[in-house]
Amino acid sequence: MAQINWAETIWLLGPEVILTVGALVVLVVDFVRDDDRGPLLPGLTLITLGGAFLLSFTYLGLDRTALFMFEVDNLTSFFRILATGTSVLILLVSVDYVRSRSRHAGEFYSLLLWVTLAVILVAASSDLILLYLSFELLSITSYILVGWLRDEARSNEAAIKYLLYGAISSAVMLYGMSLLYGAAGSTRLEDIARTFSDPAVRVGTLDELVLPAVVLMLAGFGFKTSLVPFHQWAPDAYEGAPTPVTAFLSVGSKAAGFAVLIRVFLTALPMFQVDWAAVLVAFSILTMTLGNLVALVQTNMKRLLAYSSVAQAGYILMGLAAYVATDTSTLNGIAGVLLYLVAYLFTNLGAFIAVIAYEQATGSVSIADYAGMVRRAPWLAGALVVFFLSLAGIPPTAGFVGKLAVFGAAINAQLYYLAVIGVVNSVISVYYYFNVVRQMFFMPPPAEGEEPVRYPQAMGLALTVSLVGTLLIGIYPQPFLDLANVGRQFLAMLPFA
Amino acid sequence: MTAEQVVFVLAAVVTLGSALGMVTTRSVFVGALWMIAVFGGVAALFILLGAGFLGIVQILVYIGAIAVLILFAIMLTPRVMGDPNAPRYNRQWPLVAVMASALASLLVALVLRTDWPLAQEGAPTITGFAVELGKGFMTTYILPFEVASVLLLVALIGAIVIAREE
Repeated sequence: MAQINWAETIWLLGPEVILTVGALVVLVVDFVRDDDRGPLLPGLTLITLGGAFLLSFTYLGLDRTALFMFEVDNLTSFFRILATGTSVLILLVSVDYVRSRSRHAGEFYSLLLWVTLAVILVAASSDLILLYLSFELLSITSYILVGWLRDEARSNEAAIKYLLYGAISSAVMLYGMSLLYGAAGSTRLEDIARTFSDPAVRVGTLDELVLPAVVLMLAGFGFKTSLVPFHQWAPDAYEGAPTPVTAFLSVGSKAAGFAVLIRVFLTALPMFQVDWAAVLVAFSILTMTLGNLVALVQTNMKRLLAYSSVAQAGYILMGLAAYVATDTSTLNGIAGVLLYLVAYLFTNLGAFIAVIAYEQATGSVSIADYAGMVRRAPWLAGALVVFFLSLAGIPPTAGFVGKLAVFGAAINAQLYYLAVIGVVNSVISVYYYFNVVRQMFFMPPPAEGEEPVRYPQAMGLALTVSLVGTLLIGIYPQPFLDLANVGRQFLAMLPFA
Repeated sequence: MTAEQVVFVLAAVVTLGSALGMVTTRSVFVGALWMIAVFGGVAALFILLGAGFLGIVQILVYIGAIAVLILFAIMLTPRVMGDPNAPRYNRQWPLVAVMASALASLLVALVLRTDWPLAQEGAPTITGFAVELGKGFMTTYILPFEVASVLLLVALIGAIVIAREE
């Protein structure tokens, strides 16, 4: 029977142990102290997240497996850093938001820690059972967070819609997984790869299962990454959810979806890349085009950012579709995906932080109410312009570097039409981003409400971090490129790639 | 047809028929009763597949505990009993029927066409299965086991936050 070295296991699962214990401590302290307003609970949450974030760097370069199915490799380290970093920024902006709108701040913080744990677990699973459970942990925690504002009908509606779509897409994903399990007789990704790559093991018509299994699993993975046509939940859930949760869905949950796409397709099915890359190209084109076109007509800021984040998922997917195993340059598709995710993290979180700050002050997320924003909040308006420049992919911002990496990967893979469609889409997106900029700078403000917008220091800090990140990646991308390339190195260690 | 096949067909008909009854009834309460029949059919399928222990757990936990709890919850909630005149289907049902049948025929075709590799060893006995299951939860599958417990805790917190009277 398999023996477990517990001391080593706890060390390998350090960030996850910290997050779980931290979440329990927050719950208990909340229960004992019954003090939702003080700095104690956010402080404990911040310490937990910060500890997990810093500890995550110490695992870079390792390639181990903890508890038979949790991979401690560079891809996991990358997503540990990404997930905990995202949650730190989300925490900074949610303190004020949750305090003013909900009576359950303590539970909110513990759920934020658990949803972070779920993202890491999803990214690290090398077994379909663990993958599915982590996926459900991520989904169920997200449904609860989306419906957190229980007295607001919109929040309830968003949660119900998200739950219904999520349940269906999970079920379809399970069909896909069960096909792979039936073929391999094992839920381990490595065993599935062995079954399909070894002619001595493979029997009969098993190959014909791969494409249906890929498409069915994409229903689940695409739901998290909001790929068209699995995106319909996104605008409603984004609009109704508490805005910090929306920010999490658009960055953390989406990153988990891409982590799982990379891990499952490259570990279990690398020999069928021709098949799934073609499917991904189709999804990528559909996603960015539809996302951008529908974004053109939005009048609500959160819905605009929802469709914009659908379109961004299309660009990111391009990198994975264009992954070329022999290419070791920085324009490698996987490095492109990872770099884009970091750039997108700072940019999109930044945009949402600015939206939250403005929403807290004005109570509105309608684009029409952004008229004259520059007079009421010049710093916020300026930051928002930088984030929009980055989302549109204009230098010198992070978004430009991210797009360069994935479009470059598409060109390296000789998918010229894919790169051209990507560029055309980026041009379309400039229109709706700069429509908001036009509102902020050139439209007269409404008569009342001339007073300047105020926001808490924590929010200002989060905004500054996002702004610095967005500009830094745009001007000096080298350290982030290195991080993306380190994250990609898990590929070299795959047995069947 | 062997006796095993006869039992399988019976169990399958009970499961699918009750599932159909569950989703087409107007009353949530009747739906819950149909669900109990579904659980029973699934338990029979588990036992037929040699997973007797799972079959017994299915009966004890799902029928014995969860279904009864659901019935209590329905009876204690005033507005959930349902409007008897509410329309049974919304206008998207033809589209859904087409999509669902397409998915079903794809899966059936795949199952029939593929030469599935068969497990070498026979099904374990009921006690042997339970022992293996227990060992699995404490060794190879300990991480999914723990994740499942976190999942349940999160669901519990969520239920309290969303549904508690203030």
